Amino acid sequence: MQTAPDALFRSLADPTRRALFERLSRDGEQTVRMLTDNSGVSQPAVSKHLGVLKHAGLVRSRHKGRETHYSAQPRALSPLVDWMSYYSRFWHDRFDRLEDLLKRMEP
Amino acid sequence: MTTPATRTLVIEREMPHPPEKIWRALTEGALIKEWLLENDFEPRVGHKFRFRANPVKNWNGVIECEVLIVEPHKKLSYSWGSLGTGSTVVWTLVATNGGTLLRMEQSGFESDQGANYKGANYGWQKFIGNIERVVARLQ
Repeated sequence: MQTAPDALFRSLADPTRRALFERLSRDGEQTVRMLTDNSGVSQPAVSKHLGVLKHAGLVRSRHKGRETHYSAQPRALSPLVDWMSYYSRFWHDRFDRLEDLLKRMEP
Repeated sequence: MTTPATRTLVIEREMPHPPEKIWRALTEGALIKEWLLENDFEPRVGHKFRFRANPVKNWNGVIECEVLIVEPHKKLSYSWGSLGTGSTVVWTLVATNGGTLLRMEQSGFESDQGANYKGANYGWQKFIGNIERVVARLQ
């Protein structure tokens, strides 16, 4: 799923959502109830955070019986990784341009 | 998938020019525009300014900045906010025999969406560390 970096960054700006995403990445598929236990956050709040993560493509849900199971989609993080490679290219290019400018400037 | 995410991007290059000259290129608006981006920069701590790049899909090209450190001919730093993320750019100039070692360090991924997230910086940094491990497993 292709997501605008903006939605991705916003969804991960919240520490509770980061914690949920990390837990799903680490422990594999979980139900809302499992994620709520020991989290210190109410079940409706957990569901709401999961909705935001799902919108950003970071988690996937499936229904099994009466419960919804959530799993992490770490590949959705690729725009975040691309951010660093984007800036690496950007600054190398700008260093080249700076050197050109310095050659043209008076000493 | 490209290279794993890192917390800090560092680019260093030795240039055959004195620090004073490079400092001018880093701090005079008209010169900055020549090599970096259109701007209303002023070398004054606390000055808020914008870099403007060409708008592209999903991005208006505006980078919101604030001057953080001005140590003439030695060190310059500003915040760099765009696309809902914030980072800090630090320029360091060290005189060498042949000219200047210029270092650019861009670090942080914190959100610039409001003060309520500022206290979460630590969590954000930690998350980036965790992402590195997640990404490493993907490759």
